[in-house]
Amino acid sequence: MSPENRNYLPESDVIGLNLKETELTLGLPGETRVTTDTGVKLGTKRGFSETINLNLGRSNVKCHDKVCDDESENDVLGGATKSLTEKAQLVGWPPVRASRKNVMKSGKFIKVAVDGAPYLRKVDLEMYNSYQQLLSALEDMFSCLTIRTYLNPCFYFLFLHHNYRISMLSMYNFVCNFDIGNYLSEKKLMDPANGVEYVATYEDRDGDWMLVGDVPWKMFVESCKRVRLMKSSEAIGLAPRTPQKCSNTA
Amino acid sequence: MREERTEMSKDDDRSPPLDLRGADIAESSSKTRNCVTGSGHVTGLNPTEFQAPYPDQVLENVLENVLQFLTSRRDRNAASLVCKSWCRVEALTRSELFIGNCYSVSPKRATARFSRVRAVAIKGRPRFADFNLMPPEWGAHFAPWVAALGSAYPWLEKVYLKRMSVTDEDLKYLAENFPSFKELVLVCCDGFGTRGLAVIAKKCRQLRVLDLIESEVAESDMDWIGEFPESGITCLESLIFDCVESPINFEALERLVIRSPSLKKLRLNRFVSIGQLYRLMVRAPQLTHLGTGSFSLAEGVAHGDQEPDYESAFAACKSLVCLSGFREITPDYLSAIYAVCANLTSLNLSYANINAEQLKTVIVHCHKLQTFWVLDSICDEGLQAAAATCKDLRELRVFPIDAREDSEGPVSEVGLQAISEGCRKLQSILYFCQHMTNAAVIAMSNNCPDLEVFRLCIMGRHRPDHVTGEPMDEGFGAIVKNCKKLTRLAVSGLLTDQAFSYIGRYGKLVRTLSVAFAGNSDLGLKYVLEGCPRLQKLEIRDSPFGDAALRSGLHHYYNMRFLWMSSCRLSPPGCREIARALPRLVVEVIRDEVGMIRAECEEHIDDAFDILYMYRSLEGPRDDAPSFVTILH
Repeated sequence: MSPENRNYLPESDVIGLNLKETELTLGLPGETRVTTDTGVKLGTKRGFSETINLNLGRSNVKCHDKVCDDESENDVLGGATKSLTEKAQLVGWPPVRASRKNVMKSGKFIKVAVDGAPYLRKVDLEMYNSYQQLLSALEDMFSCLTIRTYLNPCFYFLFLHHNYRISMLSMYNFVCNFDIGNYLSEKKLMDPANGVEYVATYEDRDGDWMLVGDVPWKMFVESCKRVRLMKSSEAIGLAPRTPQKCSNTA
Repeated sequence: MREERTEMSKDDDRSPPLDLRGADIAESSSKTRNCVTGSGHVTGLNPTEFQAPYPDQVLENVLENVLQFLTSRRDRNAASLVCKSWCRVEALTRSELFIGNCYSVSPKRATARFSRVRAVAIKGRPRFADFNLMPPEWGAHFAPWVAALGSAYPWLEKVYLKRMSVTDEDLKYLAENFPSFKELVLVCCDGFGTRGLAVIAKKCRQLRVLDLIESEVAESDMDWIGEFPESGITCLESLIFDCVESPINFEALERLVIRSPSLKKLRLNRFVSIGQLYRLMVRAPQLTHLGTGSFSLAEGVAHGDQEPDYESAFAACKSLVCLSGFREITPDYLSAIYAVCANLTSLNLSYANINAEQLKTVIVHCHKLQTFWVLDSICDEGLQAAAATCKDLRELRVFPIDAREDSEGPVSEVGLQAISEGCRKLQSILYFCQHMTNAAVIAMSNNCPDLEVFRLCIMGRHRPDHVTGEPMDEGFGAIVKNCKKLTRLAVSGLLTDQAFSYIGRYGKLVRTLSVAFAGNSDLGLKYVLEGCPRLQKLEIRDSPFGDAALRSGLHHYYNMRFLWMSSCRLSPPGCREIARALPRLVVEVIRDEVGMIRAECEEHIDDAFDILYMYRSLEGPRDDAPSFVTILH
């Protein structure tokens, strides 16, 4: 478990509470990476990405246990793969270009812009079941960003789980009672290179710009026309989080 | 050794080329009695009439007149290696410059060598970048090239770019600095938007071809179609914009088509409805290539009376040989195209979600079809119908409607078998499926001896022959063994090192190989690197090949355009070894951001990486590499 081992199983996080280490940055979803015997680190990114998913289905809970129990490579792979949500896929596989994937018209594609980035990205909102998944995907696409977790009790719980082995099940029960999976709290994206914070905003059917996370996920998917990651400094003055917007759908 | 050569041919496809010889053949020639003028006439033997040119000048004049007829760049590369004189003359007479990897040579060096170029083709990013395996800001910028082209070739007429980052400013530069500019083709490019297109439309008065193919075009509120000159006849021959994901000004387009009597190729995007398509078709019955746009009614328009006679519009296009589009098809309208099916040599239904029955009504008329792109929604039954009619088929691509590992898989070995039996002249196939058998692949290897391109994508990783449970080794082995003209191969399914042994043993003409989730050990890659002398492009992902395997290709990497290996078993020291052994190779390791942050935390700069991308280059490490790219040395 020495640092040279480059082993990223969560146990290594316990040594010297390195806060940066607990920063839950995500790997590419679907990466089947493992540490090999030769010590070549490929990174168990899967393990981390599972913890972010607050849709704590049964399979996710199993996966956590497997990761923490330091099972063999294959089990990590197997558990990780199983716990993917139905629609999340391995990156770049099968090798079909994005423009062709649009053929399945059941998708809901919206454009995502990041202030300061010269390009737009398109995202199919139906690929995700929660805000967390969407933000993870955005993090992958705009690879300079990481999800910063500010005072989010859910992430605090996960931190505790990883580092102090508090039972996932007990926290799961607690979290579910708040139906947190549907809402988002204090989630910001950050560019670690320059410390600029971004806030996810979206334009709804009425043309108003709202903060992402205000409304239940499904409602968001229906009403969202496009997303913009706005610099936090500019996000002041956006529509406040009032419940009346919820009923304002066409 | 390769290091002695000061120049490399641009796309050297043959086995190790000859060294440049210093001797000038002309010096030893005694053929200088007959003086040849620049125009090629042999004048009399009267030396007092004019100054006899030096022997090498004579030969160069002759050469110039001969070499200008050479069009194949591979022939030209060969000619340029004969001697310095031939190299010089070939450079003077090369009018089409092809750069297979934009980083293999600098714009300055390329334009210095070839001074009379009229058409340029440049390729940038590696193909796997199309599938989001690499951050988008990797490079392949057109800007440095366009600047060099501007100063070297003001008479430039044609630009073809593939997988390059092109900005609106670059397009503006093109439009403003090349008065003879005629053709712009952008394939799988990005970085530009409708603003750039607007400048091209407005300022390129000689524009004949504007083709945007599978490129990402940023939206803006710029009406670029409206920027074409409003009056007078245009010389437009080809306008392809089916990949543009934003609406266009239809009235302006209609006016443009009316004013373009030379227009032969028109491919519309999905924002053009079938009603609008009709209006365009009646204005342009001379079209040979048509992309139909959405092929459905505009939003808010009801199906019913007062719809135009689509069938007659199609029937009027007597020259139509290539049909595509159908981006949001209403299958009821398919019957409109029956009249042209008999003449079609190319049909692209790969965006049309139609079933077997619907396809059959169309395909039964397509006797002359040579190129067929389709979605697997047509099922094996649809492929059987195609096999029954399209006896002249050369190229088939079957795309998945649901591109996931565990989707249903409407096509299988049944469809492949049928195609192999019905379409004996098949040269190129791309086939996505969920399940396959060795038997069907072997059958195809026997039935289709003309195959040059075989790309089979079994979408479930590591999936064996679903009837026998065996690896897919024998199937792919048969392909490389029996298809003697095979130059491109993509493998999938459960594959052991044995498959690669076959490839190394029999794939002597293979130039491009794509590997994913395959092989057992280093041996697999070794077989290929040691066995395939023509290998130019090798892309591998998620396969257990390590440093030892990489080492086994040292003798060959200078002959290749590139090697891509991602998520394999390579280590930084292993890659560094290659970089040190081959100074003319640029060895890039590309990391995603998470890997970078961890490396910084732990001060292990040599942290593991995701992608190895290496390529030969005359220029050494590029200076535009982003932070997530490390170039090893």
